[in-house]
Amino acid sequence: MSTWAALAAILGMAVVTYLTRVGGFWLVDRVELSEWAKSFLRYVPAAVLVSLILPDLLEGGPADIGAAGVTLVVAVRTGNILYAMIAGIVTVVLFRRVVGLS
Amino acid sequence: MAVSRDDVEFSPQGAIAGISESVPIAIGVFTYGLTFGVLARQTALSIPEAVLMSVLVFAASAQFVAIDMWESSVPVVPIIITTAMINLRHVLMGASLYSWLESLSRSRVWGTLFFLNDESWGLTERARNQGHRDAAFLLGSGLLVFVAWVSATAIGVTAGGLITDPARYGLDFAFLAVYVALLVGVWDGRADALPIAVAAVVAVACAAALPGNWYIILGGLLGSLAGVVRDHHLEWAGQ
Repeated sequence: MSTWAALAAILGMAVVTYLTRVGGFWLVDRVELSEWAKSFLRYVPAAVLVSLILPDLLEGGPADIGAAGVTLVVAVRTGNILYAMIAGIVTVVLFRRVVGLS
Repeated sequence: MAVSRDDVEFSPQGAIAGISESVPIAIGVFTYGLTFGVLARQTALSIPEAVLMSVLVFAASAQFVAIDMWESSVPVVPIIITTAMINLRHVLMGASLYSWLESLSRSRVWGTLFFLNDESWGLTERARNQGHRDAAFLLGSGLLVFVAWVSATAIGVTAGGLITDPARYGLDFAFLAVYVALLVGVWDGRADALPIAVAAVVAVACAAALPGNWYIILGGLLGSLAGVVRDHHLEWAGQ
């Protein structure tokens, strides 16, 4: 019956996802961290965030890239995520509709 | 330079700070959840199943891919394997939070990490970079994002016909904008420039060459590795 298959898929997804969430901490908890590993982990946030941003941004085209520039300036100036997000959303709409970039 | 064990607390105040600072990302997650609900409605997934998936799995990108693969005869094993691959990036995130969480009891760690998500992780790293020392921040942020994701799924899957395309209102850009702001927040000086540059090149190249989201994991790994090699090379040169 397809409902059982659906439930099995959902439960399986839940289990593997939870394992990925605890896996990094679990692994690091089991070994003595070397200086190399510590300095590696220190760079992970910036490196992962850039990897999340850039390919999507380039796929989005000039309007998205311009809006990301505005977002960056607002984030640097204000340090406020909400202001940066609103500035990004407003400018992306302006660039897409008014300027006709896409 | 090296990460030392953070002297952290785990208090209700920390959770409240995490909740209140996560309002912008929760708005983004809410619009994403609506879209997920609307799309789930068009598959063989029932309403309770869609909501159950958001409650138990709570991972946007994996859920979008799963419902794309969903057919009347559900391909159970391929969906589970794909989900694991898409969520592998959590391993890196959990590892980078190690020194923030290590002094807590393990039951708190395992409970808090259920709510780990890209946005709350980035926000927590930013807060930590700014001197926050309360690990309940991650729990508070994760809880708010969880509530936004589940409630939006429920609304989208039941009332989905009423919602139009989020791209019209620029809401599809919300996540990129948040990630850009988070990157500014985790920036810790010029030492981060090389890892960022290497991650950028690797991620763009891998996004073009490889399927799925391996580019996030490879960009994160090789970018961080570049920073390590540079630091230790300087140490050797300085000796």
